[in-house]
Amino acid sequence: MNPYLPYPARIDDIIVETEDGNLKTFRLVLEDSNDREAWTHVPGQFAMLSIAGKGEIPIGIASSPTEKGHILFTVNRAGVVTTALHKMNVGDPIGVRGPLGNGFPVNSELKGKNIVIIAGGFAFTTLRATLIYMLEHRDDYGRITVIYGARTPGMLLYKDELTAWQQRDDLDVHITIDREAPGWTGLVGFVPTIAGQVKPSPENAAALICGPPIMIKFTMPPLEEVGWTDDQVYLSLENRMKCGLGVCGHCNVGPVYVCKDGPVFTRAQVQKLPVEF
Amino acid sequence: MKVLILDKAGFQDWLRALAGEFDIIGPAENTKGLLDWNKLEPGELPDFRPGLPKSSIKTFFFPQPETLLEFSARPGDDQAFRPHEPSEGRRARLLAGVRPCDARSVALNSMPYASDPYFLKNRENVAMVGLACTQGCSTCFCTWTGGSPVGSDGMDVMAYPLGDAFALEPVTGRGKDMLLKASSAREAAQEDLAALDALKASAPSSLPDAMDPASVLREKELMSLYNASFWQGLSESCLNCGTCTFLCPTCYCFDIQDETLKGKGRRIRYWDSCMFPLFTLHASGHNPRGEKVKRVRNRFMHKLKYFPDRFGPLSCVGCGRCVRDCPVNIDIRQVMKDLLAI
Repeated sequence: MNPYLPYPARIDDIIVETEDGNLKTFRLVLEDSNDREAWTHVPGQFAMLSIAGKGEIPIGIASSPTEKGHILFTVNRAGVVTTALHKMNVGDPIGVRGPLGNGFPVNSELKGKNIVIIAGGFAFTTLRATLIYMLEHRDDYGRITVIYGARTPGMLLYKDELTAWQQRDDLDVHITIDREAPGWTGLVGFVPTIAGQVKPSPENAAALICGPPIMIKFTMPPLEEVGWTDDQVYLSLENRMKCGLGVCGHCNVGPVYVCKDGPVFTRAQVQKLPVEF
Repeated sequence: MKVLILDKAGFQDWLRALAGEFDIIGPAENTKGLLDWNKLEPGELPDFRPGLPKSSIKTFFFPQPETLLEFSARPGDDQAFRPHEPSEGRRARLLAGVRPCDARSVALNSMPYASDPYFLKNRENVAMVGLACTQGCSTCFCTWTGGSPVGSDGMDVMAYPLGDAFALEPVTGRGKDMLLKASSAREAAQEDLAALDALKASAPSSLPDAMDPASVLREKELMSLYNASFWQGLSESCLNCGTCTFLCPTCYCFDIQDETLKGKGRRIRYWDSCMFPLFTLHASGHNPRGEKVKRVRNRFMHKLKYFPDRFGPLSCVGCGRCVRDCPVNIDIRQVMKDLLAI
């Protein structure tokens, strides 16, 4: 099996997620039924989206492996390939190469733990995958707390699902926006502030944090104040990638390859590495 | 199989006999008067002069560029995106006159490329006849990196110069088969074997004292090397030209790009360099190795620490091409010594 060969796929649906139009969720369906049946992944893994003549781009998988038949990718328009992708339509052909990377340890270290998911901005994608997976295997995890923030109400991803999650009694959900906005009745404040108010207990718990580096930096002190340690905190790193297989050399952070050894690392692991991400 | 002795005319006949099976490539003077890899005419001998060809042999295993995939790229084509591997095969190639450091680079690159189908195919498709070094260059240091001027790692047949003739030893099964075509060879006599042993024993002494930096550096703590104070000064003179990475036989990083022409597309990979700021630039504009010192450090740390930590040996064969051609005289031997001193 040639690891550079993408699976043929087609865009099945496109959802504009945010008010600025810069984030869209692409629902992809693999063309061949064999591929569809064989596809499986771990929440937190990513895949290379492949557009003929434009190239490939590594994107976190936003759907859970329990959502059968399709794969979701929420993509920010930023560079050449993502811009081309944003111009594509339902029915257009595309390639998917993956799944790649390690993913969150949902079936090992995280099992039986209380889970705290903390996300900022559009870094919520693989955490959505993880949350859906955990809700499908609800008995495998203890209390689940979600803290998710965006700049404005219109910049929140997966709004319908957020509303549904807030109504569940087996889930503790805190959605926040940076500043007061007309019509918003929910929490206001940056993610680190809300984390400080929620004060999640570190007892038998793991935190999965994805967001801009500045958010992660300021989220750590309030967690440390209530006793969290670096080995309980899971982060997902990003770097420029080409092969996704730990060979091409683009994504290394010191001795580790984000694509192959990561993208998920504990904060304890990250602290021992050069800051090259 | 025994050691065979071939004179120059016999070597010529042997290469002529192998030309039916292989395209033969060896060191020859190019139009600029430099020794480099060139296709040899049937029966033409490689240039046996001491010293290394300008470029390494990585291009034969890691071509510039390599077509990974081909696909249809007609605008408005709603056919599924079904790229396929390139259909064209390449004739088998024989590299004649490969120095031990260059051959060893192929063995080292095989570690990260262990499951890369293109690299493996090229490796299968290229045979190597080695040529032992009887004298070192002022810039080479294979004995520091785990190599030897008479080493046969990666070769199919190893040739040792003995006066005007050569002693040939098969290294692999393929090498044995190749030597069956050396019709004018004679079996080595007792005195030939004695001369060969003497050459093998004396050759390493013409190089700097052997040392084993890989085992020392593997034991050192990563961040103490990373935070060493000499990186800043070292990087100040570096131009980030990337010459070292392109000449280096063990620099194996690559970029992947698509190109399309007249409805046909191909996905290619080609040599990239961690010396360039674009290498790590995110689409957001953030660059984790935006400063030159980080890029210079990354190249040396990869070769001398990250690679050994993962695979064991240094990602360096001591060919000294980077030392020879660096426009500002950055010397990896000094970097190695500086790291060992930490």
